[in-house]
Amino acid sequence: MNVKRLTAGIMVALTTLFGFTVSALAEERLGVPHEKGLWLREAANDQASRVVDFNELLLWIITVIAAFVFILMFYVMWRYRAKANPEPSKTSHNTLIEIIWTVVPIGVLVVIGFWSIPLLYFQDVVPKTEFAIRVTGNQWNWTYSYPDHDGIEFTAMVIPDETFKDADKRSEAEANLSTFLGKDAKLNARLLDTDYRLVVPVDTKIKVLLTATDVIHAWTVPEFGVKLDAVPGRLNQTWFEVDHVGTYYGQCSELCGKDHAFMPIAVEVVSKEDFAKWVERAKAEYADAGTTALGR
Amino acid sequence: MAHDNPTGWRRWVYSTNHKDIGVMYLWFAFFAGLIGFGMSGLMRMELAEPGVQFLPEILGITEDHARHMFNVLTTGHGLIMVFFMVMPALIGGFGNYFVPLMIGAPDMAFPRMNNVSFWLMPPAFILLLLSTVVEGAPGMNGFGGGWTAYAPLSTVGHPGPSMDLAIFSLHVAGASSIMGAINYITTIFNMRAPGMTLHKMPLFSWSILITAFLLVLSLPVLAGAITMLLTDRNFGTTFFDPAGGGDPILYQHLFWFFGHPEVYIMILPAFGIVSHIVSTFSRKPVFGYLGMAYAMAAIGFIGFVVWAHHMYTVGLDVDTKAYFVAATMVIAVPTGVKIFSWIATMWGGSIRFEVPMLYAIAFILLFTVGGVTGVVLSNAGADISLHDTYYVVAHFHYVLSLGAVFAIFAGLYYWVGKMSGKQYPNFLAHIQFWITFIGVNLIFFPQHFLGLQGMPRRYVDYPDAFAYWNWVSTLGYKITAVGVLLFIVVMAMTLFKKKKDCADNPWGEGATTLEWTLSSPPPFHQFNELPKIK
Repeated sequence: MNVKRLTAGIMVALTTLFGFTVSALAEERLGVPHEKGLWLREAANDQASRVVDFNELLLWIITVIAAFVFILMFYVMWRYRAKANPEPSKTSHNTLIEIIWTVVPIGVLVVIGFWSIPLLYFQDVVPKTEFAIRVTGNQWNWTYSYPDHDGIEFTAMVIPDETFKDADKRSEAEANLSTFLGKDAKLNARLLDTDYRLVVPVDTKIKVLLTATDVIHAWTVPEFGVKLDAVPGRLNQTWFEVDHVGTYYGQCSELCGKDHAFMPIAVEVVSKEDFAKWVERAKAEYADAGTTALGR
Repeated sequence: MAHDNPTGWRRWVYSTNHKDIGVMYLWFAFFAGLIGFGMSGLMRMELAEPGVQFLPEILGITEDHARHMFNVLTTGHGLIMVFFMVMPALIGGFGNYFVPLMIGAPDMAFPRMNNVSFWLMPPAFILLLLSTVVEGAPGMNGFGGGWTAYAPLSTVGHPGPSMDLAIFSLHVAGASSIMGAINYITTIFNMRAPGMTLHKMPLFSWSILITAFLLVLSLPVLAGAITMLLTDRNFGTTFFDPAGGGDPILYQHLFWFFGHPEVYIMILPAFGIVSHIVSTFSRKPVFGYLGMAYAMAAIGFIGFVVWAHHMYTVGLDVDTKAYFVAATMVIAVPTGVKIFSWIATMWGGSIRFEVPMLYAIAFILLFTVGGVTGVVLSNAGADISLHDTYYVVAHFHYVLSLGAVFAIFAGLYYWVGKMSGKQYPNFLAHIQFWITFIGVNLIFFPQHFLGLQGMPRRYVDYPDAFAYWNWVSTLGYKITAVGVLLFIVVMAMTLFKKKKDCADNPWGEGATTLEWTLSSPPPFHQFNELPKIK
């Protein structure tokens, strides 16, 4: 055995392993709003990246347009103020300019449409997905179920403010969450954290089937580029795939009554291995347990 | 004749005079506007900091009740500002007062129906206010479903009588507007003075004419939609109940088929006023008059076929969404024509920066900001991150509070001298403009950031990360409140002057429409002999 080669091989293996671990850890994301934030939240997948990029393009276009109007207006206000121009002209027509300011905006809109329409079709056409999750909006919580995983089902309720303010209650909540997830979990923000989280595997195309039991709600996770109404009597469908493990939050986005602001969405994106382990435990605890949305 | 010049309470309650009715509408809009502004004040004070603390403290209620009350305030603020402030001020107020004057008519075609239109409004308003003090949601007073009143929140979600009262309020206000619209169409089509062809008619009259058509075509659909809510709630129908074969989304289609034209109903008269003011204070005729008139007609017409851009996330089929994206973007073209035409009107002019002109210029700039964020929202792909967030709230408040409301201020400063015979105090009015301008921009510009970061709308409380811009927005409200108070002071100083000091035409040769040929205020009955237009 060549010791040098063996050593080199082990070094390479260890470095790669270390690199993967570090990058996996470095990629662990926290999908929350930022203090004094000015822009969209960081995308955690392709769908959301396209939305963010398209919004950047739009921001450029609208800034140029608005700046153009502002500059023109300020110029006119200064150049044609009464003192500088005591005799007004009588011009009230100019066919060429009227054509220009009709045709150029049309051109700008066509350019926007050229990017906009394909993005719309990309979001809306559901690809072949690995499995489905069923999301049900209720007043005032979300029920998640996994029909392709023996009907695991649980309802996620907001963690009340009192829990955040009291250190003991907080530790208890974090302990419960850690037990549920099968790993160490922390609460991150009031009005975003829930007692259960939707657990999904990374790098997996997942179909979302969405409905509601009472009034209209809406399910969204900004970092996933997903937002869809949960309508009673209607089954809406969308999909997502997340590129980075982590914890991501959204909030109900259709006015649904007094606790509309108090039914957030928390998604725990884990590695495929961790997901498989979680499914095994969750099947034992939560499958066909009779905890339907109406029962909770 | 006995009732040529009525006096006392009969003059107002039995009025058949378009100027008196216009003035009543303006006062009504003022009081309703104060209430609507107060409601948003309560909301902004609650939102200044994370947590639900302001409403419980100030109203002496539990946090639970406060969460519902916040939604009631949101709903009331929207309904009041739309139906009881902007529409009465622009259409009932300025429309009634000035359309007959501008077209050279002695009054409206149906002077007594005009009075009915006005006097339906106070009862409608009372019905709405009553709705806030009776049970709506179980155990709580008032309807908290937003001005949009989506089913099933507005059917099974609010079993108490509050929602029924709100529905009746809208029935009455809607009837008032439909009758008013009939009046304007008949008046403008039939009573223009000899020589005033439609293509010579002032742009404000054009704006009211087009608005009247939008009203008469869209309000009956609202009436149908809310009547279906009423029967679902009380008579066992299931239009919006899936258990009975109905569909909540049907309500949204019906509501927005009205709701989208409604926003153009609110802005078109504002466009008309801005055209008059820009022309007057540039001493130049409006650039491209026909383009301006037909741009408004195009906006009105296209406004009927874009409604589902309010519904991009309900689960519409993708081809449908693509159509609505395209159609909505089309409206940007005639709107852009107007913005550029106003600037072109000023180009080569001799501009005086009187207070009405300051408001008109601010309108042009700020409506542009609101308009371009509308273009962003019109793209369903981008809208997925922005729907139901504060970005939408920022957008429509820019075009409404900094658009329509600025045009109302502009019109008031422009025309108060004509209507009352007394001119406003100039220096104070300038201050009032700047304070208001700074205040409203401070309220709404940061809301774009909140929306982009994902803060949903209609939320009484929010995660701590949204605190900073919410605090700034509330600061903006406080500054605006000073501006509103100052406005009251300025108007009081104007109206309580001892002597009438306003000339027939205080604005000079730039003011070319017929109202400036009459005294300030005009005689009770004008144009007994019709003017001849060359």
